[in-house]
Amino acid sequence: MDPHVKYRLGKSNGFKALIIILAFMCVIPLLAILAYIIQAGATKINWHFLTNIPKPVGETGGGIANALLGSLMMVAVAAIIAIPVGILSGIYLSENKNSKLAYWSRLSVDILQGVPSIVIGIVAYFWLVKPLGGFSALSGSIALSIMMLPIVVRSTEETLKLLPPSLKEAALALGMPYHRVILKVVLPCGISGILSGVMLSIARVAGETAPLLFTAFGNPYLNADMRKPMQSLPLLIFNYATSPYNDWHDLAWGASLILLAWVLLLNISTKLITRRWNIQL
Amino acid sequence: MEHTIISTEKFNAYFGDNHVVKDVTMTIPKNTVIAVMGPSGCGKTTFLRCINRMHELLPGARAAGKMTLNNEDIYDMHPIFVRLKIGMVFQRPNPFPNLSIYDNVIAGYKLNGIKLSKADRDNIVESSLSKAALWKEVKDTLHKKGTFLSGGQQQRLCIARAIAMEPEVLLLDEPTSALDPISTASVEELLFDLKKNYTLVIVTHNMQQAARVSEKTAFFYMGELVEYDDTKMMFTSPKDTRTQNYITGRFS
Repeated sequence: MDPHVKYRLGKSNGFKALIIILAFMCVIPLLAILAYIIQAGATKINWHFLTNIPKPVGETGGGIANALLGSLMMVAVAAIIAIPVGILSGIYLSENKNSKLAYWSRLSVDILQGVPSIVIGIVAYFWLVKPLGGFSALSGSIALSIMMLPIVVRSTEETLKLLPPSLKEAALALGMPYHRVILKVVLPCGISGILSGVMLSIARVAGETAPLLFTAFGNPYLNADMRKPMQSLPLLIFNYATSPYNDWHDLAWGASLILLAWVLLLNISTKLITRRWNIQL
Repeated sequence: MEHTIISTEKFNAYFGDNHVVKDVTMTIPKNTVIAVMGPSGCGKTTFLRCINRMHELLPGARAAGKMTLNNEDIYDMHPIFVRLKIGMVFQRPNPFPNLSIYDNVIAGYKLNGIKLSKADRDNIVESSLSKAALWKEVKDTLHKKGTFLSGGQQQRLCIARAIAMEPEVLLLDEPTSALDPISTASVEELLFDLKKNYTLVIVTHNMQQAARVSEKTAFFYMGELVEYDDTKMMFTSPKDTRTQNYITGRFS
């Protein structure tokens, strides 16, 4: 074969090998983390672990029921706050691409996405915890909802922007009023993209520690009152992993595995939802 | 004299500073097929979209002048009522991808929140699909998504969706330009049947199509209505040299 062609083929094969290796390298960190946490945490998890609160230092056993309930409640309340606001703003942005308000709101959302979570935590402390007179799960939820907002807004906007204008025209030409065009045609057609944004935002904040440090604060006891301090999985991991006690380390490993499983599950179901509900345009 | 359904008087339409439809005055008689033809960018689609007030939805678009439907000024009515009375079929088939064939046909009722009994719905679906010459092909797959149909079937589904609302006028914006010749033939055949019940205004690039389906033809050039006459007259003895040039293919 012509040596020049051979050389070019060699170069192209080398490039192919390089991108394959690099793509594989992206998988390694996740696999390594998963393997490590499963190894450290799997033996700790059982029914007792999920349904009991931590025992005081010195006693063996105990569980993470307080953190599990706290995380679920706080993320749920954060989602209830962030999702409607996020989806509606996303609709506005995709419907009014060039208005001044859209420009500023898009910019703010982008910047908000880049604000460090610890800063959001501190701001929530000064705006909510101090005036309300104490740490509370509600202030934690609000801090989390601020973190969710940009993800929901942008994923809604990007999804709706991809819908062909002919779809809206079809609806308008049938004499549908604007709100029905949005609610009955635009939203249902973009539902898979919007839902996946919502799920990803939930997965994203489920593991946030910083916004909760000065807001929900943590609580060694089971608490379902949103006005009182509440434990959450990342807070528990943070506090117990940095403690000097082996029993608490075990709790932290178990909690890490639960949190990781939660996030993985959300990500996988997002993929399934996108595939299942995707609408062929 | 036949009954006039739509008439315009010195009607103008703009995109920002761009004057795209200039002083158009024409009357459209009931139950006829009107073809609107002309070279690209002559304002024919814009004119069509002014009739059901879809034009104004585009950014920077506006319209001025008089246009009436049954002697009522279209621009004094609420656009929603205009669009209920004047249906539209677009260049590319655009069935709702989230709805079944059945629901697509009654989309105008269903999505507008108009309650119908099951029997009424079944009737409307069957009669609209029959009028759109699609019933035989889809009657066993009514609950499949509309987007599974072929392009020509989708376009007939869109026609069924438009006529399900019992409009008085049906506007068609190059309804066959995205279709293959066989689908085009079936849609054209359908247009012929539809004029018994509806007034059709069809925008087309294709002169043969205009000659085949329409009774009257309007020729637009640079935003002006150059000539408007019986289709036969237009194609055999056009009065304006610009029409003549277009028909003989001297410019496109």
